[in-house]
Amino acid sequence: MTNALHTLSVSELAQGLRDKSYSAVELAEHFLARIKAHDGHINALITCTENEALDDARRADAALAAGTAGALTGIPLVHKDIFLTEGVRTTCASRMLDNFVAPFDATVVAKLKQAGVVSLGKANMDEFAMGSSNETSYYGASRNPWDAERIAGGSSGGSAAAVAAGFAPLATGTDTGGSVRQPAALTGLTGLKPTYGRCSRWGIVAFASSLDQAGGFARSAEDLALMLGAMAGFDPKDSTSAQQDVPDYLAELAQPLAGIKIGRPREFFAAGLDAATGAAVDAAIEQYRQLGAEIVDISLPNVGLSVPTYYVVAPAEASSNLARFDGVRYGHRADSPADLKDLYSRSRGEGFGREVQRRIMIGAYVLSHGYYDAYYLQAQKVRQLIAADFERAFADVDLIIGPTTPTPAYKLGEKNNDPVTMYLDDIYTVSANLAGLPALSAPCGMVEGLPVGMQLIGPQFAEGRLLAATHAYQQATDWHLQRAEVAQ
Amino acid sequence: MSLDADQVRRVAELARLAVDDAELPVYAQELSSILNMVDQLQSANTEGVEPMAHPLNMVQRLRADAVTEKPDREAFQALAPQAEGGHYLVPRVIE
Repeated sequence: MTNALHTLSVSELAQGLRDKSYSAVELAEHFLARIKAHDGHINALITCTENEALDDARRADAALAAGTAGALTGIPLVHKDIFLTEGVRTTCASRMLDNFVAPFDATVVAKLKQAGVVSLGKANMDEFAMGSSNETSYYGASRNPWDAERIAGGSSGGSAAAVAAGFAPLATGTDTGGSVRQPAALTGLTGLKPTYGRCSRWGIVAFASSLDQAGGFARSAEDLALMLGAMAGFDPKDSTSAQQDVPDYLAELAQPLAGIKIGRPREFFAAGLDAATGAAVDAAIEQYRQLGAEIVDISLPNVGLSVPTYYVVAPAEASSNLARFDGVRYGHRADSPADLKDLYSRSRGEGFGREVQRRIMIGAYVLSHGYYDAYYLQAQKVRQLIAADFERAFADVDLIIGPTTPTPAYKLGEKNNDPVTMYLDDIYTVSANLAGLPALSAPCGMVEGLPVGMQLIGPQFAEGRLLAATHAYQQATDWHLQRAEVAQ
Repeated sequence: MSLDADQVRRVAELARLAVDDAELPVYAQELSSILNMVDQLQSANTEGVEPMAHPLNMVQRLRADAVTEKPDREAFQALAPQAEGGHYLVPRVIE
């Protein structure tokens, strides 16, 4: 058995399991040992579920012995702590849910369990997925494995840090405004936000219900294809789940790149983009041209309004969703309440952190009488204009390419003074959520020792095309094979 | 658009968030900064544009009105801060 199991791809790990080079229990033990050795520093996990993981691994070994194993049987993974996991603490990185043990599994968790994955634990995140740096977590920020003084990104920062640090080959995440793609970019991973409705939202703590979507992190498009195939699919328990067949994403990787038209929106390369980051993305675009894709200059005229639109729609939906946390049925409850209103107000005031309270208040304000039309309704109309921009673009091109983030990972604490400076960094990612489009970030360069991500956006349900285009790039380049020192 | 401390107090009350008086001006400044950014929306011409509430062009599905699973009241109430005899307990509401 090799010491470098954490450097292998999911397919390689699965082959090793089938060849009996190691057992699923040994594989889980390898990753658990890495978590014990390094997570004190990285803080990628809120809860490590060692016993449950070894139970899962024993079941995987039995399936392997019985010949009933699938492509993901025995493969370790971590779940973002926003996914309900039956019998396991699910905190959403909030004091509000510090003691909450989920009574059932999220559909995505159940589907992955059914596929035989071994869950090692629950990953750190921004509180209720509200944040872009993981710094709003009640349990402290995750650190970037490439430079521990820097952010791992957010909100799925712990999931990204776990895969980038070699704690697991796969991690689930959720993406409401960039929460999979941005941390994937900042930690050198491939991260996918599928089409809205592609993966079930059942059992995911709701943040903004018209934007939330489950996704995943891996080291390559090939690994992601395996994971998405197991996560995706119609779920009668989610009223907005898409009734669309799940293709064989692994087979779709073979789609040729030649003849594909890729749009380069000029608005994504305007002021505010770090020059070195932009140069890395342009080099990737040149690579695509050499691989046979046609690059087309396009315009998305309303995309500049994505951030203001998002910061009306998302808080409005959040203020409504988070009304369920009342200190009565579950979650934090204040001591000795004077009356029912005091119970609600102090339980929520104590249970939620500052960023969550800011967003609830913004949401309550933009939905309130006298402001609804000017803010919420206007934002919904601009959302329509943004979606129409993409629809027009996709009449002419197959994919859109641009940067994932304006800069590489910044230092912890650097953007804590004014929430708006951090919000503006979501500029390239939020539009895909507003339009419900699938989007992926993949590593395409390094700037001063830090990874840079490129973003590919596709029409609805074109996950296979996104993964194939990324796979073609990854066959020709080795940015996705770069590893942080801790993961070597 | 900017908010003052009194308006923040009112919004916090509507949202059932207990905020210390000392925090009100800090929130007022932060929320005003967010609203100023959001005010860019006013520049968009949205005359005749349908508001978009949802990204998928789909019809709301209906399901059969049938029992598919039974809620496990005891398991759910085990999560409650205070429950007794099948009821969730809260401070007295009616004198």
